[in-house]
Amino acid sequence: MTKNRVRPTGPIGSDGVINQEPKKRQELADYMSGLNLGDDRDRNRGFLIQCLHKAQELFGYLPESVQLFVADRLGLHLSEVYGVISFYSYFTTVPVGRYRINVCMGTACFVRGADRVLEEFKRHLGIDDGETSENGKFSLGGLRCVGACSLAPVVMVNDKVYGNVAPDKVPDIINDCQ
Amino acid sequence: MIENAKHLREHALELGMRQAKGPRTRILVSMGTCGIAADTEPVLAALREEISRRDLQDVFEVVETGCMGLCHSEPSIEVVDGVEGTMTLYGNVVPGQAAAIIEAGPYEAAGVEVLERTWYCPENEENTNGALQARVVLRNSGRIDPENLDSYLIAGGYQGLARALTEMSPEEVGGEVRESGLRGRGGGGFPTGMKWGFAAARKARDKFVVCNADEGDPGAFMDRAVLEGDPHCVLEAMAIAGYAVGASQGIIYIRAEYPLAIKRLRKAIEQARENGFLGSGIMGGKFSFDIDIKYGAGAFVCGEETALIHSIEGHRGEPTFKPPFPAVSGLWKAPTVVNNVETFANVPAIIRRGADWFKQIGLPECTGTKVFALAGKVSKVGLVEVPMGATLHDIVYGVGGGIRDGREFKAVQTGGPSGGCLKADHLQTPITYETLRALDSMMGSGGMIVMDSDDCMVNVAKFFLDFTLDESCGKCTPCRIGNKRLHEMLTEVCAGRGTQETLAKLKNLSHTIKDTALCGLGQTSPNPVLSTMLQFEDEYREHIEDKKCRAGVCRHLISYVINDDCVGCTLCARNCPVDCISGQRREKHEIDQDKCIKCGVCHSLCKFHAIDKR
Repeated sequence: MTKNRVRPTGPIGSDGVINQEPKKRQELADYMSGLNLGDDRDRNRGFLIQCLHKAQELFGYLPESVQLFVADRLGLHLSEVYGVISFYSYFTTVPVGRYRINVCMGTACFVRGADRVLEEFKRHLGIDDGETSENGKFSLGGLRCVGACSLAPVVMVNDKVYGNVAPDKVPDIINDCQ
Repeated sequence: MIENAKHLREHALELGMRQAKGPRTRILVSMGTCGIAADTEPVLAALREEISRRDLQDVFEVVETGCMGLCHSEPSIEVVDGVEGTMTLYGNVVPGQAAAIIEAGPYEAAGVEVLERTWYCPENEENTNGALQARVVLRNSGRIDPENLDSYLIAGGYQGLARALTEMSPEEVGGEVRESGLRGRGGGGFPTGMKWGFAAARKARDKFVVCNADEGDPGAFMDRAVLEGDPHCVLEAMAIAGYAVGASQGIIYIRAEYPLAIKRLRKAIEQARENGFLGSGIMGGKFSFDIDIKYGAGAFVCGEETALIHSIEGHRGEPTFKPPFPAVSGLWKAPTVVNNVETFANVPAIIRRGADWFKQIGLPECTGTKVFALAGKVSKVGLVEVPMGATLHDIVYGVGGGIRDGREFKAVQTGGPSGGCLKADHLQTPITYETLRALDSMMGSGGMIVMDSDDCMVNVAKFFLDFTLDESCGKCTPCRIGNKRLHEMLTEVCAGRGTQETLAKLKNLSHTIKDTALCGLGQTSPNPVLSTMLQFEDEYREHIEDKKCRAGVCRHLISYVINDDCVGCTLCARNCPVDCISGQRREKHEIDQDKCIKCGVCHSLCKFHAIDKR
């Protein structure tokens, strides 16, 4: 998946998201102090991915200030944390849309035309795979097999599953996102 | 607290009796992720409402189970009557049918689709005549309430662990697994008992048992079904493995994209701790074992065991060279046994019933069963479990009910992005690790995608390379750059710009990648290309020499043309997304080939078959 990897300008962590939301900051801090952290930096690193999951769950994405917060508390470098974030497709450093439209890219969906469905979404929304629309309403992406292969091709919008999606059903799905 | 195997058996018997004294009819509702996606919740609600409306709570009990594997007929439910001894499977149930089902009770309800039972064969029905499946891994999935420990205990749960702890030494447990011939179901097929033996032989302060639940093959969902439908079985197996190798800590590495499986696992771990199946001094003995859950974050390569270990350690999930194997030096340099969910799911049954029982299933050289996620152009899409050595014909035509819409079988893809395609000539080939490898494919985790004449094999190979490109970790050059080049060449072929030289280069580079990539993902990534080139060479040639795609998939090689059957209804013109269709009302229309994006909307909408695809 293509990802927006452009670093915001300004000093490190100057997005300040972590301080704009003190409640979430506190929750993340509480979560991390509840972990069994010790002096061994390597063992502490084992908690990194779950901390990032928690942080993304709270903030919706992982801006630099949040990464820095996590890195400090685990005794890691920001670069190590960023290296992990950029490796895993689940993590995002940019905000995602209110409606996350994901087209299943499993093999069963593919042989039943999922690539055409994705093309239609790109055309209608004017954004590419992995991007978010400017008004922050839609994000578009592919999704690995959801295991609803009998309904192929499948599209998920947030948690809702649409089955047997033909390209001409794409406008209806977009209209549903109100 | 359960103290020993005998005590556990008595307890299970007592629970069974208590269940028998309860409501006589149990309605099992398939509530895996896929069932929920197919709108099973309203059916469940309708059944509950009907029961309480008629005040029949003493007669009927509704049980939410995991996936029954009947994807083709979701929502599916099963009515089991304890008095009449009947078991009825209903498919495609809608909420409006709840009244009829309750009314009929143990008998078949009129107006509701009843499914053939031979299709579905759990462990307690293993000798059923005409059974198409043999369920060991999925023995409880769809049969028990995954969130209820008692339900698992009634089905013989934790008796394998009890037997191991009270009647066997760790060496004997490892020996039993080795004797059973169980091999890794995640794809590689490495003998499980041998892997355990390596770890057991190491002397170390810490050892780990890791369950690989990072199911990433696009088109395989058997691990999810097991975790959602029978989570305790995986916990039991991990504890048995811990006992056999001398580990006291287990870790389940699971995809974050499986929220329901995670929820049910968490609950199961809690229940197991409360009842003394996990924790310190299991069943009053000396053996201690506990399990933690770690989340993946969307990286296919983390299914590779060394990459998975790095991911648990909080690093980028990049693989490292083997040896040393994880069984010698794995997680935090400690001996680590990594098995996938399906492999583990076999273990409790093997210990409970013995290696000899397990060896009867499948072939002598390849024992047990394999679960396949059967999908694509097959009539009955579903999660199926067949004995090793079943032929492709048994699976596609027997269990799968043949090709959808009576079309012709073309190929089946196994092993996902690491596998390859088999064609009609191979329908009678018994499926084992070796036979698939001989055909440049592999068992993989068990995705099985059936294809018909509408599928272009070059495009299928390209699809899998798309996936590999996306998922390659980038650490080694053959995989990072080699696969990119392969993908470019395939794109050329699909666009009709390929030459004979392209074919030769494709083959050459594929072999180079196979020989030089660092990990299993890279070494197997050219398999989709090699196997389609081997089995469907003529299709590659057609793309190159005749600039033709016989399946009508490769867009650059097809065009849509309006024929004389056109009545001028304007439907196509009104729906064309790029307005490239012109023509007067009631007159023949025309497509501007330069503007056409070949989306096929006109072709699928036309009611007069007036648009040809060439």
